Amino acid sequence: MIWGVCALGILFSMPNLFYDRVERHNDARAAVEAGMATPDQVADELALWPDFLPSALVNLGLDLRGGAHLLAEVRVSDVYADRIDGMWPDVRDALRDERETVGNVRRIPSEPGELRVQVSNTDAVGRAAQIVRDLSQPTQTVTGFGTARDLDVRVDGAEIIVTLSDAERQATDERTMRQSLEIIRRRVDEAGTREPTIQRQGADRILIQVPGIGSAGELKDLIGTTARLTFHPVIGTTSDGDQAPEPRQLIHPSLDEPGRYYILEQQPVVTGDQLVDAQPAFDQNNRPAVNFRFNPAGGRAFGQYTAANIGNPFAIVLDGEVISAPVIQAHISGGAGIITGRFTVEETTQLAVLLRSGALPAEMDFLEERTVGPELGQDSIDAGRTAAMVAFAAVLLFMLLTYGGFGVIANIALLLNVSMIFALLSAIGATLTLPGIAGIVLTIGMAVDATVLIFERIREEMRTAKGPARAIQQGYEKALSAILDANITTLITALILFAMGSGPVRGFAVTLGLGIITSVFTALFVTRLMVVIYFERARPKTLLA
Amino acid sequence: MRLKLVPDQTSIDFFRHYRLTFGTSIVAMVLSVVAFAIMGLNFGIDFRGGTSIRTEATQPVDIGAYRDAMTPLNFGDVAITEVFDPAFGADRNVAMIRIQAQEGTESVTPAQLDTVLSALQQVDPTLSFAAVESVGPKVSGELVQSAIIAVTLALAAVLFYIWLRFEWQFSVGAVAALVHDVVLTIGLFAVLQIRFDLAIIAAILTIVGYSLNDTVVVFDRVRENLIKYKKRPLKEVLNISINETLSRTVMTSVTTLLALISLFVLGGDVIRGFVFAMIWGVIVGTYSSIFVGAAMMLRLGVKRDWSKNAADKAGAQFGVKEG
Repeated sequence: MIWGVCALGILFSMPNLFYDRVERHNDARAAVEAGMATPDQVADELALWPDFLPSALVNLGLDLRGGAHLLAEVRVSDVYADRIDGMWPDVRDALRDERETVGNVRRIPSEPGELRVQVSNTDAVGRAAQIVRDLSQPTQTVTGFGTARDLDVRVDGAEIIVTLSDAERQATDERTMRQSLEIIRRRVDEAGTREPTIQRQGADRILIQVPGIGSAGELKDLIGTTARLTFHPVIGTTSDGDQAPEPRQLIHPSLDEPGRYYILEQQPVVTGDQLVDAQPAFDQNNRPAVNFRFNPAGGRAFGQYTAANIGNPFAIVLDGEVISAPVIQAHISGGAGIITGRFTVEETTQLAVLLRSGALPAEMDFLEERTVGPELGQDSIDAGRTAAMVAFAAVLLFMLLTYGGFGVIANIALLLNVSMIFALLSAIGATLTLPGIAGIVLTIGMAVDATVLIFERIREEMRTAKGPARAIQQGYEKALSAILDANITTLITALILFAMGSGPVRGFAVTLGLGIITSVFTALFVTRLMVVIYFERARPKTLLA
Repeated sequence: MRLKLVPDQTSIDFFRHYRLTFGTSIVAMVLSVVAFAIMGLNFGIDFRGGTSIRTEATQPVDIGAYRDAMTPLNFGDVAITEVFDPAFGADRNVAMIRIQAQEGTESVTPAQLDTVLSALQQVDPTLSFAAVESVGPKVSGELVQSAIIAVTLALAAVLFYIWLRFEWQFSVGAVAALVHDVVLTIGLFAVLQIRFDLAIIAAILTIVGYSLNDTVVVFDRVRENLIKYKKRPLKEVLNISINETLSRTVMTSVTTLLALISLFVLGGDVIRGFVFAMIWGVIVGTYSSIFVGAAMMLRLGVKRDWSKNAADKAGAQFGVKEG
């Protein structure tokens, strides 16, 4: 049983000795499984490592492999404003149906995330508020429908103020975060990087770690772009970008022509959410462009609008800039179109990726970013490896000199211990960081502690002259409470480090914690087994004298 | 030929100069606090926000020229230090540039980095960025907070565990030893102005773990001997216990130090500060388990009437295993 655990430890830690080979093998197999390559094409890589052996590897952290780390905060409250603005047409239509009682309806400027509506018949403001209230719907949460309503409707004099309810805000935040995570994941995946980590942290933060990418700036460009595509009717153009827009109008600069601004209707005809596909292409003049296609609903809205507005310009807006404002030549019915502008081929490729993966629901602020160059990572691995080897050799030699034959036993236990740490790290898919290597080196030093406790105790028990067999038994028994107390307390600090720490610190906590568990195991069981076997074979008169 | 660091039987009186050692520890702690108060810690960007850039070039680092190149960029407080490591050859010259957090932005923008890079490449065309880290003020504030919570929580958890397993006097002794180690480590970092970042917090927590390990082993023996030698004075029992475990204490410290020193020399400059903290911690940790932890117990006195229930408790708590 004990040998079995040790054997498993060795077996599962073995792939890490041949890191490069196994990694290439795994990549090849993944390619075959994804249907991107046939087994014949990658036969060389596949042959690097036999299939029947375990092939799980320790993930190398960014500080070892090189790559980028970003911590982004999503501006979840941006979405409230959009939601509320989107309510206006419904509110207007509902109130107009009751024009008899409420009179004229007018939206007046307000804070973002707030809809202020004025009705001319001030006596009926309560009735109007009731009508708006009736528009509200049960809050939609991830798990289904909640009991709360999504809108808060208040009356302030002759004005009705509509905001999202607290429950709805929470639900919206949750949806925004899920969407953002999903979209970031798709964008990073489309860029084809290996083993990215994309995690939600806390209420509104996302941690993104991508190994192998050149810099955090590159990663930011990829995921930080909202890529919000909208199509707006054009009202006019102006050269004054600071001019205040009329209510329900927008002024956006032109991407191509500096100094030219478009005045647009705020309510878009169609948005990028309704895109089903986008591909890089070339237009009839052989300039890079992006082809896109709408879903049926988007295609219908687009078709109706183009049919009704032949001869008028409409604007294609990407992230607050007008890419182009072509004049509608004909009714566009198929729901497909093309975006042209002054693009390079790379830009169209990236734009297509961004459009395909969807727009981010809200903008993000980057709170923390770290880039580690691949050479620095490799240097750290090399340095860590050398240091670990030397540490290992020094400790092995020292133990051998101090304990002689028992030192050999302690050393075998130590070797098993380290291979078990690697086996566990591989098996749970933990990430090895530079402090993690330090943790392992520290464990090498401390792992012998439990064994030392036992051996020293056996030595002491020998002095009270009860004979070697008794001394061994007593040694293990009496050392037990010290070993457990000492290691449990260290384990407590490792757990706290894991819970409180982030990134590299957490990596350290993982190796330290695993190291404690494996070292207690090897000290209590493995060495005992070996000591007993040795004792029964050799029947020595004295031990550790 | 066996190596023996500690003779089989020792009977050193660890408390003969009790006033001296205890006093030294207190003075050292006070000095650490003073150093911390006056000089402060050289906080890394993890804790104060800002950007740190590691540059590598084949030409020697000229800090003055780097600084002149950076000054027109108006980044405010810029600190430039050269990094030395025996592993670097003559054509590898590394410097760390730290820029204070910029007003209005959480992290550095790619455009800002480009201007820094091109300004520095004017000085040295071979220069490149090996690593860039940028932490916004928002996150750094939180990191400070969570670091303090982590250390406090670790101390509290340990206090509680030892109190559970031993008596409260042990617990106070252990925590006194831990506080001693943490304070001295912070003091040393203040005096030497070594960069203090998240990794150092991890190191401090490891020191807490290690020192505790050491203290608990001594205490375990004290508990056992308190039962064994009911009539002897506490001072004698403590001395016997420390002497009995001395061989193990030295063995473990030596193996751990062997491992750490090899990491310090060969592990590269990136983790040198971290390893330095741990080496220091192992040394003061070993010292403090005897001269602070046990000495504290001597001051406080311990309930001597363990005999009945406590004797059962000590052996039976984890169940002594047979076979």
